[in-house]
Amino acid sequence: MFHALVAIKQVPDTTNIRIDPVTGNLVREGVPAIMNPYDAHALAAAVEWKRKLNGRVTVVSMGPNSFITTIREAIELGADRGILVSDRKFAGADTLATSYVLAEVIRAIHEQDPLDLIFFGKQAIDGDTAQVGPGVAVRLDMPIVTYAVAIRAVDLDDATVVVERKTERWTEVVETPLPALLTCEKDIAEIPFAPLPDLIRSLRYEPEVWTMDGPITFDTEMIGVRGSPTIVYQMGTPPLPEPGEKISAREEGIEAALAFTFKKAQEAGVLQTMIGGAQ
Amino acid sequence: MTTRRFWVFLEQELGHVHPVSWELLGVARVLASQVAEEAAAAGDEVVVEGVLLGHQVRAIAEMAIGYGADRVYLMDDPVLEHYRNCPFYMGIEAIATKYEPEVFLIGATTLGRDLAGAIATSLGTGLTADCTKLEMGDVKGASQKLLLATRPAFGGNIMATIVCRRHRPQMSSVRPRVFPAPAYDPEARGEIVEESLDVTEEGARACILEFIHAKEDTVDIEYSDVIVSGGRGLGGPDGFALIKELADAMGGVVGSSRPCVDAGWISYAHQVGQSGKTVRPKVYVAAGISGALQHKVGMQNSDFIIAINNDPNAPIFEVADVGIIGDLYEVIPAMIKEIKARKEAQA
Repeated sequence: MFHALVAIKQVPDTTNIRIDPVTGNLVREGVPAIMNPYDAHALAAAVEWKRKLNGRVTVVSMGPNSFITTIREAIELGADRGILVSDRKFAGADTLATSYVLAEVIRAIHEQDPLDLIFFGKQAIDGDTAQVGPGVAVRLDMPIVTYAVAIRAVDLDDATVVVERKTERWTEVVETPLPALLTCEKDIAEIPFAPLPDLIRSLRYEPEVWTMDGPITFDTEMIGVRGSPTIVYQMGTPPLPEPGEKISAREEGIEAALAFTFKKAQEAGVLQTMIGGAQ
Repeated sequence: MTTRRFWVFLEQELGHVHPVSWELLGVARVLASQVAEEAAAAGDEVVVEGVLLGHQVRAIAEMAIGYGADRVYLMDDPVLEHYRNCPFYMGIEAIATKYEPEVFLIGATTLGRDLAGAIATSLGTGLTADCTKLEMGDVKGASQKLLLATRPAFGGNIMATIVCRRHRPQMSSVRPRVFPAPAYDPEARGEIVEESLDVTEEGARACILEFIHAKEDTVDIEYSDVIVSGGRGLGGPDGFALIKELADAMGGVVGSSRPCVDAGWISYAHQVGQSGKTVRPKVYVAAGISGALQHKVGMQNSDFIIAINNDPNAPIFEVADVGIIGDLYEVIPAMIKEIKARKEAQA
């Protein structure tokens, strides 16, 4: 039977992030937490194939207890089993340490109940690194297809999957052996409306919580701050650029504003480029 | 004496080099020069080296020397003809284990991002994504200068400087156009060292069945000299017709801010900003774009920026060389007319 796993992350809705104008600090209060949008689409794809192949979907999320709401949301969207991987000792993990913990969890699930496909979003919108998916694939020694935009076929007998991946240059149609890891673009699947039974189930769903105390063991040298080769050395606000010169077309007229613009362009040596005469 | 190696991944597909490879050779040279004094005092050698994988791509290795590589490690094998994750990361893992580079830079392209996370994990080292500033600097407690890798976090609202203290190489990915390309020196001399790949076709674990080339909307905004971008101030998708008209008059391409892409007014390929493309054209026109930080980090390195906005307090004016306060639907048609008139006057 088809078994897919989806790694999901809860993220602050970065489109809503504000900076305190006085302190320059990030304002976290009131910023809604959402399921990372790419993960939501990846989950939708996993659920779509679960229905086609009559299988199961397990979701895994690593983070604090507040991530339970996101796991419930995944159940609502059609996941069967949710696991929260949570321990204070995991805190401060960079992408290397995160990929270690996730890989150990996925390995344990795979040993219990073999996986065919593992889904990640192409990146999380709060960090934008796109590093954890490839890291997990390397640790599990599984083939990876990044930037997946469509799954054409899953053949469980031949143990292969055919995926379209979109790069900057073209779209590649790639066949790769199962089990495989995919990192997904939003195009991979539309997020469906939750069927009522899933919705009801999600309300009361209590995910399993995996910690340092079990059910699996983690190498303490590989987790959290200790297992993270990178550290944040400094934080600062971006340097303020030199403000340019403004002219009001309303007050001084459009002609004057344009004359000013072309004069400035000439001074900057880009006038020829501007009038489409660049060599 | 030890050799301190500053490495750059030379990205190519079907023999076409991605220009980010040259941009990174330029950065690596600057980083190498920042440790020159310290290395000389210790009797160490400092070198900039390229890493090139592919099939029949030796000509690219020679070009890399002209762009500043002292040495290029060339892995030429039919298995490497098309980029695939497994053979590429395994090949690079082998050479990196052999030569132990101190710093390793990779372009933050779709290919580079696919590769960088895999290499960093296989080497068990740290990787900082999408750096906008790189510097070799003193860090308390470190015996040598370390790579200070600065990247925007939280939508560009904060700049975080990341260091990788003990693990090597110190890896960073950098987007195209964040740094300028160095000049090509045809007289430059360097060495090409051939390495062999220990992965078979079977071991590639992926078979590319087909390449589909997009028919529509294959705009390449990253390397255009002129970009005219529209924002929410356009009021709707139809506004991009006017943006296109100005872009055409200027011989440029159409860009967009993120809200327009999110709203479906224009495709993602046009998006400028932290979650889109980083650009540094000679001329950048921002029309109806308020100037959210995440947009500014993607375009503030442009040579000349013209902002057109109704709101005199729009943050876009902070990065603009010229800010025109006014209605873009009045200003742009007048600008198109003016450009055409000047063009005719020249002809």
